[in-house]
Amino acid sequence: MSDVIDRPQLEREASASTRLRIIDCDIHPSLHAHSDLNPFLPKRWQEHMKTYGSHLRTPYIYTTPYPRSSPLIARRDAWPPTGGPPGSDLAFMRKQHLDPLDVEFGILQVLDLFIFSQQNLEFGAAIQRAINEWQLANWCQREPRLKASILVGQDDTALALAEIERCAKTGQYVQINVSPRANEPLGRRRYWPIYERAQELDLPLGIHVGGYGGHAPTGGGWPSYYCEEHQSNAHTMAAQLASLVIEGIPERFPRLKIVFIEGGFGWIASAMWRMDRYFDRFRSEVPHLKRRPSEYVREHFWFTTQPIDEPDEARHLRSLIEWVGVDRLLFSSDYPHWDFDDPRFAFKTPLTEAERAKIFNGNARALYKL
Amino acid sequence: MAATRIDCDIHPAVGGTRTTLLPYLDDHWKEQVVSRAIDGLDLTSYPPSMPLSGRPDWRPPQGKPGSDLAMVQRGAFDQLGASHAICNVLYGAHAVFDPYMASSFCKAINDWIAAEWLAKDSRLRASIVVPMQAPDLAIEEIERRAGDHRFVSILVLAQGETLLGRRHFWPVYQAAEKHKLPLAIHAGSQYRGAPSSIGWPSYRYEYYFAEAQAFQAQILSLIYEGVFGKFPGLKVVLMESGVSWLPAFMWRANKTWRGVRVEVPWVEREPAAIIRDHIRVTMQPFDGPPDAAGVADVIEQIGSDRMFLFASDYPHWQFDGDDAMPPHLPDQIVARMCADNPLETFPRLKLDS
Repeated sequence: MSDVIDRPQLEREASASTRLRIIDCDIHPSLHAHSDLNPFLPKRWQEHMKTYGSHLRTPYIYTTPYPRSSPLIARRDAWPPTGGPPGSDLAFMRKQHLDPLDVEFGILQVLDLFIFSQQNLEFGAAIQRAINEWQLANWCQREPRLKASILVGQDDTALALAEIERCAKTGQYVQINVSPRANEPLGRRRYWPIYERAQELDLPLGIHVGGYGGHAPTGGGWPSYYCEEHQSNAHTMAAQLASLVIEGIPERFPRLKIVFIEGGFGWIASAMWRMDRYFDRFRSEVPHLKRRPSEYVREHFWFTTQPIDEPDEARHLRSLIEWVGVDRLLFSSDYPHWDFDDPRFAFKTPLTEAERAKIFNGNARALYKL
Repeated sequence: MAATRIDCDIHPAVGGTRTTLLPYLDDHWKEQVVSRAIDGLDLTSYPPSMPLSGRPDWRPPQGKPGSDLAMVQRGAFDQLGASHAICNVLYGAHAVFDPYMASSFCKAINDWIAAEWLAKDSRLRASIVVPMQAPDLAIEEIERRAGDHRFVSILVLAQGETLLGRRHFWPVYQAAEKHKLPLAIHAGSQYRGAPSSIGWPSYRYEYYFAEAQAFQAQILSLIYEGVFGKFPGLKVVLMESGVSWLPAFMWRANKTWRGVRVEVPWVEREPAAIIRDHIRVTMQPFDGPPDAAGVADVIEQIGSDRMFLFASDYPHWQFDGDDAMPPHLPDQIVARMCADNPLETFPRLKLDS
């Protein structure tokens, strides 16, 4: 099994002196085993994890309710030769991803242990803290290209704020990540203290798809198939965008920057048109909104590109990019997952050099102050 | 005679079960609704006083928007220029928990619309309101109406207890296909679950926004459960769904299907191709971009001139003025959406009754 796909174009590019380095805003590192966290987890919670484990709003203990298309939703070539799950071996990640694709910086997104979906909020906070420490010790301090986010569950706001303070003091994190499917929609009032603090610290708020919030994945009930559940990620993100905008988060926290991760960006143009279209009709219900919803989206939100849409006609993707705005897009690969986007081939439409520079590097560099 | 211009979505309003529907209930339910005061089943999705629920000039001095036949005739026909219109009644029978009560109210609504609307204006048609809470009773109601060709489709809500592709609904689709009745999925919720995966929103503005995602989930459910393979003659009409989300939705569906189709081997074509063949969409509201070039782009991306159906959504306040045609639509789309597409989508419309 070859560890890296054929890369003639990349090799050509590698010889060019002006080649563009990539900032990948969605890389998934993994634990080898839960015990990796023991150095960072109090005895009480180690015992809890062994005895009770995760308590999620989903039927199975050891697997997901919609069986995925591949083990651990991973690329089949991403299993490290040293053993362990995809994303668990830094040396292999360098060899397979960071070096050949010339990743200048990578933003880590940890999804292990369904970290944002734990029903026991105290346990959730304990493993979030442990993973926050593990990210620095096992990844960022060994590989300076990799950057960590502060993971917090917003449903216990006090614990979340305490963890944000602890991590922010280190100066080593570039983002605050919260659950994409919390107990309530993200715009609701109970979560505002987190947004206020993120704004003060000037750390972007990251929202990565996934997890279990207890509600059906769709407004029409529970689907039967993974292909339905997978696409519902985009629906979840659209609903969260509406919640954040319509509750007035950008109006209330005007310097807050919000990043939607792994939702793709195809749905955003329509979401803006739809919110704008009904702005006048519902304005009396939401007098706290001072501007049209699309204006808030275009100033306060960023979107990672994967999974990128692949219309049959290249010009359709071109229109979409223009509607959403080149300044809003952050390249992401989703390494090592099966629906990985390769930066060399993902955009099936021509981009200018200036656009490429923004999407693959400049936008993220400015946003995360890299 | 004026050109054929079929308005595929207007909303006559039911006053109440103890008033409007009382003559159409059997003795048991007459007694029940009176003695238990079972009334006020207006859907939470459409509070009558909310601006969206009634355009100011279409609100009668008394009663709900859409409750007055003469006013509806003036609005839908005289003012907006329709030659025919399909009545979709959104009163809450769809959301009743008791299946017998739901069935009784659906039957009463259908009898009422036939007697007090269809019989009084030959330009009107209607959708059969059915209790999807109990598919066997829904089929009974379809069979009861099937001989009356003024009923041209079957009306269900976009957000119910279970997704519409699920196999317990298949017998309903068998009856629909047999009688050439498209399944009309209209915006609205039974409120069995939150309107999206993120939970219950604060504002109706958010709720209405999220309808678009509910429609998308229904299309995926119908495709991936294999409904169109099983019932190749079935057409599905999205009513008041919005339109502009279709392109990106179709791209994502194609990409996802290409990646994980092993899970649904009975789906043998790209979802977008199935959508173009089986899904139709009413054109109010049109939630597209503000500029002509953008509208042309969105329409081209959808890639079909057969999917679009003229509709006003009367008396909902989707537009101002006398023209329900969304601005900037390409000519070839306008040419087909008033007559050709509706006649193809609702085959029973061709028949005199």
